[in-house]
Amino acid sequence: MTASLQQRRASRRSAVRASARTAGPSGWFAAPALALFFVFAILPIAGVVLLSFTSWNGLGAIELTGLDSWKRVLTDPVTVNALVVTAKIMIFSFVVQFPISLLLGVFTAGMQRYRAVLAVIYFVPLLLSSAAVAIAFKALLDPNFGVGAIKGFEAFRQDWLGNSDLVLFVVVFVIAWQFVPLHTLIYQGGVKQIPRSLYEAAEIDGAGRVQQFFSVTLPQLKYTIITSSTLMVVGSLTYFDLIFVLTGGGPGYATRLLPLHMYLTGFRANDMGAASALGVILIVVGLLLAVVLQRLGGRDRAASQMEGA
Amino acid sequence: MTATVTEATTAAQPGMAGRKRQPSGHRRNVLGGLSGWIWLGIIILPIYYVVISSVKDQAGFFATNPLLPTMNPTFANYQLVLEAGFSRYFLNSVIVTIGTVVPSLLFAFMASYAIVRGHGRFISFSNGVFLMGLAIPLQATIVPIYLIITRLNLYDTLWALILPSAAFALPISVLILANFMRDIPSGLFESMRLDGATNWAILWQLVLPMTRPALVTVGIYNALHVWNAFLFPLILTQSEEKRVLPLSLWTFQGEFSINVPATLAAVVLSTLPLLVLYMVGRRQLVSGLTAGFSK
Repeated sequence: MTASLQQRRASRRSAVRASARTAGPSGWFAAPALALFFVFAILPIAGVVLLSFTSWNGLGAIELTGLDSWKRVLTDPVTVNALVVTAKIMIFSFVVQFPISLLLGVFTAGMQRYRAVLAVIYFVPLLLSSAAVAIAFKALLDPNFGVGAIKGFEAFRQDWLGNSDLVLFVVVFVIAWQFVPLHTLIYQGGVKQIPRSLYEAAEIDGAGRVQQFFSVTLPQLKYTIITSSTLMVVGSLTYFDLIFVLTGGGPGYATRLLPLHMYLTGFRANDMGAASALGVILIVVGLLLAVVLQRLGGRDRAASQMEGA
Repeated sequence: MTATVTEATTAAQPGMAGRKRQPSGHRRNVLGGLSGWIWLGIIILPIYYVVISSVKDQAGFFATNPLLPTMNPTFANYQLVLEAGFSRYFLNSVIVTIGTVVPSLLFAFMASYAIVRGHGRFISFSNGVFLMGLAIPLQATIVPIYLIITRLNLYDTLWALILPSAAFALPISVLILANFMRDIPSGLFESMRLDGATNWAILWQLVLPMTRPALVTVGIYNALHVWNAFLFPLILTQSEEKRVLPLSLWTFQGEFSINVPATLAAVVLSTLPLLVLYMVGRRQLVSGLTAGFSK
């Protein structure tokens, strides 16, 4: 209602402007996109908050039950565990992915032709669906017919996905396998935009290769690092399908991170109220992380990036 | 956006000219080289394993060295997958991908034009809404989306996948397209307007040709995401007739259970279309992959 009223007002205003000097397109051009986004994104955001105060099994009637779902979610040790698992995966996958992708990005940005060829191969994992990646690694890591089954590779003969001490590291490794290529690509692009003259100047000043990396490359990549790190950290909240197919959250609750916990609570345990509460937590955590990371980058980030481009 | 496209171009073709002029670009990097080759091995091993295993027969798969190719390759696994409804899942994936990308691209294109060239409270409100959409992990809203889809009687239809996917694709598409359109000189708009062109005509005759590279990039980026999406198909469809490829891999895994080579053949088959695309249009695909964070 308000939207259509505003629309009418906006279009009237732009009609007035049209008769003036430079008329722009009316708000109607944005209307289809906004309408679609409203129904399938804005409404659900409001809905997830509302549904967290109800009880619903996914089929029957939705009943208003106040804070019941929230009490259930917040007192459930599995929720706390899911938050811990999410934090662990977030931190570990950042610690693993950041240095590797920075190193590979700088390396593939070099002019040598073989490096470009390597880069072409590096990017293949980006084409695979998470389900495909998970299935491939599940087979590869199987103690009976995976790498561990080879004579002489007995050290690899572990129940990688069934051992709760190992499984988190396996998950982090598979995440890195799938997403390091993306971040390599980001860093490669960032390095290529660094003006050559900066290196030449550093060389004249007598800076060695390593020194050049720390005094030229790294500071010049500041905004690239922030972009890539934001993606790595916030992305950890969306590793649903990979872990769902790879481990199903197990063994036990060892890899049941927040989005997976939300799905299993809602669509397997049929507790949509609690799942909605978990969804709200997910949104709040995601927004907080995004804000904190943007702050770290300073306010002039967007402007400087455009300047660099 | 321009930067990403050109960037990807240089990435694809290391400049031969740049080689002589810029010796500093030709530096040796021992640490990088070492990790580069190690990473190559890490990338290739699972892919190699999947491909060679997919042509082993079931008995041979359990008996032979997992990392050695078989002497008698068989395509029976592929046949099994193709007979298990693969072509239907493939077709569903194509329909959902096109059905999502085309309208979301069109709507985002029109909205970006309004945001960049238009004025008024409604337009700045729309801009704010899409910017907010970028920051929120929309996957967190699967419960209300499921509710909306069931209430619209769309559960277990391809529409159930297309509509929310198209909506979710909008914020990033608008961001990239609007950034790109800001680079079109305003003199071009004004001269068309002086010639009496309507906004609609300007959109198609000026903005469309000028933003074509960005449209391709955004389209590929969204298509990749939709093609590989798993969560929406999992919660919003149920029947075999509506199954899409990524979900079918998961169900194949259950159906074939210990016939691992057949499951791996399905993995290969589901990846082939994108691999072919990668070989044909690598530059566009790479720029599409990086579209999400160019600015």
